[in-house]
Amino acid sequence: MSNSRSFEIIIEPKGALKALQWKEIWQYRELLRFLTVRDIKVRYKQTVLGGLWSILQPFMSMVVFTIFFGMLAKVPSDGLPYPIFVYTALLPWQFFSNGISNAGNSLVASSHLISKVYFPRIFIPAASLGAGLLDFLVAFIILIAMMFYYGIYPGLGIFLMPVLLLGVAVTALGVGMTLSALNVAYRDFRYVIPFLVQLWLFATPVIYPASIVPEGWRWLINLNPMAGFISAFRSSLLGTPIPWNDLFISGAVGLGLFALGIAYFTRMERRFADII
Amino acid sequence: MSDTVIKVENLSKQYSIGSAVDRHQTFREALTDTFTYPFRRLKHALNKGNAASDGNPEYIWALKDVSFEVKQGEVLGIIGRNGAGKSTLLKVLSRITEPTEGRATLRGRVGSLLEVGTGFHSELTGEENIYLSGTILGMKSSEISRKFDEIVAFAEVEKFINTPVKYYSSGMYMRLAFAVAAHLETEILMVDEVLAVGDAEFQKKCLGKMGDVSKQGRTVLFVSHNMNAIASLCNKAIFLCGGNAKGPLSVMEGINLYLGQSGLNEKVFKAKPLNRAKVQQKGDIIEIVVEYELEKEIKMPVLGFIISDYFGNPICGSNLIDHPQEQLVKPSNKGAVQVIVEHPQLLNGTYRLSLWFGDGIENFFGDKDCLIFDVLNMVTKRQLPIDKVGPVFPKCRWYFQ
Repeated sequence: MSNSRSFEIIIEPKGALKALQWKEIWQYRELLRFLTVRDIKVRYKQTVLGGLWSILQPFMSMVVFTIFFGMLAKVPSDGLPYPIFVYTALLPWQFFSNGISNAGNSLVASSHLISKVYFPRIFIPAASLGAGLLDFLVAFIILIAMMFYYGIYPGLGIFLMPVLLLGVAVTALGVGMTLSALNVAYRDFRYVIPFLVQLWLFATPVIYPASIVPEGWRWLINLNPMAGFISAFRSSLLGTPIPWNDLFISGAVGLGLFALGIAYFTRMERRFADII
Repeated sequence: MSDTVIKVENLSKQYSIGSAVDRHQTFREALTDTFTYPFRRLKHALNKGNAASDGNPEYIWALKDVSFEVKQGEVLGIIGRNGAGKSTLLKVLSRITEPTEGRATLRGRVGSLLEVGTGFHSELTGEENIYLSGTILGMKSSEISRKFDEIVAFAEVEKFINTPVKYYSSGMYMRLAFAVAAHLETEILMVDEVLAVGDAEFQKKCLGKMGDVSKQGRTVLFVSHNMNAIASLCNKAIFLCGGNAKGPLSVMEGINLYLGQSGLNEKVFKAKPLNRAKVQQKGDIIEIVVEYELEKEIKMPVLGFIISDYFGNPICGSNLIDHPQEQLVKPSNKGAVQVIVEHPQLLNGTYRLSLWFGDGIENFFGDKDCLIFDVLNMVTKRQLPIDKVGPVFPKCRWYFQ
């Protein structure tokens, strides 16, 4: 108890512009780990297929998309085999979309915690995102198998992949925090989120290549941060030229969304316990 | 040891009643609300003359200008009736919710136990839950590992530690949850009625554990309705009423304020359905008389009562439904109910009475510990001390062989 003097907590009404308490987040860092582990362990409890679901979800989507968009609608795929073309994009996309939907519902699902104990609230949406990372890694195994099957190997671009994944995570956290905070105040967002995810998929070059958008309009589609990230993700893994322009625009928008998410979340955070 | 660990200055917390009852659950409502706000504001200003939030009926102060200090090692009991602001005070001090005004300074790590089993997940095993709940409450995982065996032993769940807690009996679940909380090592501990769990044996163990906590020089804030627990654990008390605080007082002063608030042995109620209630000892019986008046006629004026001891521990209680032969035949909207309690016979002391009133289908009224009365020489034989033998005089026959 010798270090007890170093702790002094001052409780007072804070203005709307409360800075994120990085120091406190660091003190509680272990909690993020345990919450993530909880989300992972609980996710597939009492399911027959268990962790297999993390592979099945993107794999089945790939099969369906390949049949309808690749074979029947003949959507171009930048000269790549359609299955691997769509699967490489589905991995980050599902990480993102599952991330924002789980994070968006996470605060409301944890209302019993929020009204009973204090800890940095940002961990709740962050942990549900962390659980999605495991799904991503498991599903990645299938991609490796597909690379061998098609004989398509990544070049140096693969070193960009972790950065891209981080970019997707940061964007998802920003969007997820905003949605989760909105969901606390307005439960409408429970219904908005699935719809949003669906529309967002069509606005993102997952099932089609960004190249089908006319050159003059490319900047517009890149305002969707996932557009640049997913095109670059595909290039980094399948060895096509990295679309740096698209990536920079999307990266900037993604960071912007992250900042916006933090600002809104910290502003709303102090009211969570009162209105949840 | 005279360091001030908790310093609370003019702490106030305002809740909007509108948002508590029909908070803007949907986005559309919030939008309409935003647009109509200037008009409502204007209307309000015209009607009232001033729109200061103090007088605004849409807001209530759950806490108002609460100030007190707690020194290291003190165990402060927080006493008050339901709605007096006890839980709000703990929630503000444990940073769950933000105060509207004022300031509090806490020196040391704060652990708050506002419920048993914070953070438990039913799908996870006992072991996983110990780590999860522990870190949520603010422990380090190294700290938990060090105390793991102790926690498991305290909870008496050694055999089931790798079983998901959803298969636990409710007793096991409670024991494990309390065991985690009881091993929190923060310098300041805030506890809200968690002792009201488990069987008598385990409650005793918890009380013992709480006593240990204060002996280690840690500071405890303790909210409870159980005056026995307050009297045995705390060395100071504050009394909350309508968001205002009195104190710190001595524990006895605090308890007296809480009990004294119950009034005397007669009470006149401002609102229907009860006009008046009275309780008194008459020789070797206790008489309860309640006058009621209702909007509509009822067939059965069902009165329920509980007699409790000075500290609020119930002794006995009954209601008309348990005595069906004594029902009123003629429907009426006005009348009086008289109950003569012949048994049990109570020893000398001060007792409290809680009342409920309804028509057998619905309860119209309920007031816990609303009356307080003295019993003197109801038992004419020699009386043993009430704190040793309890308040009831047994009716016995003795046989010899």
